[in-house]
Amino acid sequence: VKTLGKQSHPYIPNSQSEIKQEMMREIGIKSIDELYADIPEKYRLKKPLDLPAALSELEVKKHVEALLAKNKSCQDMPVFLGGGCWPHYVPAVVKEIIQRSEFLTSYTPYQPEISQGMLQALFEYQSMICELTGMCVANCSVYDWASALGEAARMATRVNGRKEILIPKIVHPERAATMQAYCEPAELKIGQVAYDKETGQLNLRDLENKISDRTAAVYIENPSYLGFVEAQAEEIGKIAHAHGALFIVGVDPTSLGILKPPGEYGADITIGEAQPLGNAMNFGGPLLGIFACRDEMSLIRQVPGRIIGLTTTVDGGRQGFCMTLQTREQHIRRERATSNICTNEALCAVASAVYMALLGPQGMRELGETIMYNANYAIQLLSEVDGIKAPVFKSAHFKEFTVNFDKARLNAKEVHEKLLQRKIHGGKDISLEFPELGETALYCVTEMHSKEEIERLVEALKEVLVGR
Amino acid sequence: VFKQANWEEDVIFNLGKDGRRGHALPHVNSKLRNCVGDLRNMVPASMQRVNPSGLPQLSEVEVVRHFLRLSEMNYGVDSGLYPLGSCTMKYNPKINEQLAAAPGMSMLHPYQDESTVQGILEILFRLERWLAEITGSYEVCLHPAAGAQGEFLGTLLMRAYHKVNGDCEKRCEVIVPDSAHGTNPASAAMAGFDVVIVPSDEDGCIDLNALEAAVSEKTAGLMLTNPNTLGIFEKNIEKIAKTVHDGGGLLYYDGANLNPLLGKARAGDMGFDIVHINIHKTFSTPHGGGGPGAGPVGVCEELAEFLPVPRIVLDGANYYLDYDKPRSIGKIRGFYGNVAVLLRAYAYILSLGFEGLKEVAEVSVLNANYLMKKLKDVKGLTLPYNSEKPRKHECVFSAKPLKNDTGVSALNIAKRLLDYGVHAPTIYFPQIVDEALMIEPTESFEKEELDRFAEVMRKICEEAYKNPETVLKAPFNTAVSRLDEVKASHPKTMALSWSMHRKRIGQKR
Repeated sequence: VKTLGKQSHPYIPNSQSEIKQEMMREIGIKSIDELYADIPEKYRLKKPLDLPAALSELEVKKHVEALLAKNKSCQDMPVFLGGGCWPHYVPAVVKEIIQRSEFLTSYTPYQPEISQGMLQALFEYQSMICELTGMCVANCSVYDWASALGEAARMATRVNGRKEILIPKIVHPERAATMQAYCEPAELKIGQVAYDKETGQLNLRDLENKISDRTAAVYIENPSYLGFVEAQAEEIGKIAHAHGALFIVGVDPTSLGILKPPGEYGADITIGEAQPLGNAMNFGGPLLGIFACRDEMSLIRQVPGRIIGLTTTVDGGRQGFCMTLQTREQHIRRERATSNICTNEALCAVASAVYMALLGPQGMRELGETIMYNANYAIQLLSEVDGIKAPVFKSAHFKEFTVNFDKARLNAKEVHEKLLQRKIHGGKDISLEFPELGETALYCVTEMHSKEEIERLVEALKEVLVGR
Repeated sequence: VFKQANWEEDVIFNLGKDGRRGHALPHVNSKLRNCVGDLRNMVPASMQRVNPSGLPQLSEVEVVRHFLRLSEMNYGVDSGLYPLGSCTMKYNPKINEQLAAAPGMSMLHPYQDESTVQGILEILFRLERWLAEITGSYEVCLHPAAGAQGEFLGTLLMRAYHKVNGDCEKRCEVIVPDSAHGTNPASAAMAGFDVVIVPSDEDGCIDLNALEAAVSEKTAGLMLTNPNTLGIFEKNIEKIAKTVHDGGGLLYYDGANLNPLLGKARAGDMGFDIVHINIHKTFSTPHGGGGPGAGPVGVCEELAEFLPVPRIVLDGANYYLDYDKPRSIGKIRGFYGNVAVLLRAYAYILSLGFEGLKEVAEVSVLNANYLMKKLKDVKGLTLPYNSEKPRKHECVFSAKPLKNDTGVSALNIAKRLLDYGVHAPTIYFPQIVDEALMIEPTESFEKEELDRFAEVMRKICEEAYKNPETVLKAPFNTAVSRLDEVKASHPKTMALSWSMHRKRIGQKR
């Protein structure tokens, strides 16, 4: 490791040695180590850490690019994966806006007068999420859908004091695991509701059997983890409300141009994943958790995280924006806060605001239609292939669907590997997650997949099935 | 003179015209459309959207202009000094933005076959090792999306550890100093613990007698920030660690203030069992107006088995994801962390190396002590808790004398600073300092900018004595003047979305 010596580092203006000397003189010290004198000798590092030597910008660029070149991205091969993170197109405008330094390098808008831009953009994000979901209040983000579910469950128990949450058996396993980690310390019990074997739809009789006056909330996902539309959403909400429980709905917002928004079928809390609205997949993070609720103070006061509100200047002269209801938050309420969340996913929320503004109501509808057409085209072609059952459930599917290989006597892993040899990345193998569904994979098709790519997938699967 | 842009930009719902759109999607192939048929026959009637959503309708041009104008009414590190204490608002290198935008990063799906993501796994695997080396941890988990989620994970690990020892019921308390960040007690409470507060002594460090009295067979652990939020190093750390460990508790390091210790000292060596790192602070990734960040957690060997799954493993030649960890606490979020943020941190560490990171620490401390020296003799300000002691990366002044003399508070100073084109320090925190101004300049700003800040602070305090009205009514040069935050939070007047606003003022859609 070569020392930087007297030369200053580009990121550290005062690392130049004359400046340091001058500043030390002003402070009245001879060496910077005097400022570290209160660290006990035994804890002061004596030898260099095992870290790489510093590289120049050009070298860093070459080094990182060489590593990234080892990856195969959605640009190198068609990828038919979904399950909580999805390939969607990010318009150029979105990328441009979120690289604006004034947004990118700012912090939480604690000083609203100098942060109106970020505050207004986040207010608009919240407002557009409300328009899409049919809710009245949204916060300006939580980390992701999974943590949103954990937070929603805990919020429900704060609202009505009950300690049980009912979720469908068909739910994203990572989301369920996250929820478990969030709920266990709060001593919440999580119960699972069975599904109809034919359709995948929630078994309402089982729900009726399991729900009680101890149920804090009933949660469903729409579309479900396995891609089908839950058609009984409204009835499920009614059953929850009849027992005094809250109704929590998780959504993929790309469906909301064509599917009924949860606000119109009784959701008290709507959560979901807004990554598809203008954010790249980034190997699964950052994501963007949606968190919204009805216009009712007993709910609003329990919402986790930051909420931006519209207000006026003190002199009433003009409209402006600031953080609201901060007494819910950790920096004021400390151990009695609704959540510990501080840093959230603000810039991703700005990206989604720009995305929703670009698409508008018609664009969101077209997005939903395009996705559903593409996915159902794939379903149709696949269901005609001998040895494949697609989808497993007889229900309407939006952008994800199950593909079963039992009849072909192939396991999902084998199929995946053979597709990969043909430079196609198939769906997610879910045979271990849902053993009762046999050798099944979860496929995802969006507006990114062309007709040709879908047909290539089908042809490749035919080859795999025949040529084993 | 600083003058922020003031566009009086209307809310986006009032812009545009019906029928305009800002983005056109690819046309659905007509053969494909015919083959699938009418979607209205597929979607169950009960689930069809009847009314189009109330999103605004703007052309691409208008969307760009709107958000560009909003950005001009915002202030970032690239605009100038941003001395928010405890937030470490340092420069965010541009090259890292370019690297994170590359398709080999941005267009990777988290469930891709391991053979297709060896490059990113290698980056994450190495980053884990580097962060472990920097903090003196045994293993590091990159999953948490932010510092607070790291704290939540850390307190869940405490739970898991005590549970295995059959102690979880009994060990129900987490000790937190009165100078701690709000997230510490909030995280401990979220993980099901009761929070016990211990006071600071006259040196601004944790009161050892109070700590000894607080530690008992109920103690699950202590959460400590070091240097603490006064910018003071907890010099008794050895004794603190011993007290907590002897009592059967675990020691948690809040890494919010890690910057001044880079390459100088390590939490692991001081006896901390769990460490979280704020990547968006110490490792320079952009704060983005409040996120995304990343909050990796490092642990000692004994706790490694409890970390969330999957773990990244190298089997000699290849990296893979290992889910087979029976004692893992499971998951705290989807997938593996805020990877695009972590990639930037990887590039940052490479750009600095060991010597560079040490330089970051030293200059951040030099800058803070320099500013402290320059502000010490400003009339109206005091430096509570041993004003002769050097600070680390930040210092906390009190404007109490100024308030008593002139009525000008820390809040007023903060607002007036904005008029001079510098962001305000953190105010009213830590809560143990009255009228607190918590100043963290970081290593990113040149001496001239620090001098200007000190000059402006001096000028504002002079204004307070000569003409307090100017300071009391500030700011004047920002996009808007003082906002009515009471109105914003009152149940009768609050407007948390555009539809709520319209409902409140009696307009229908």
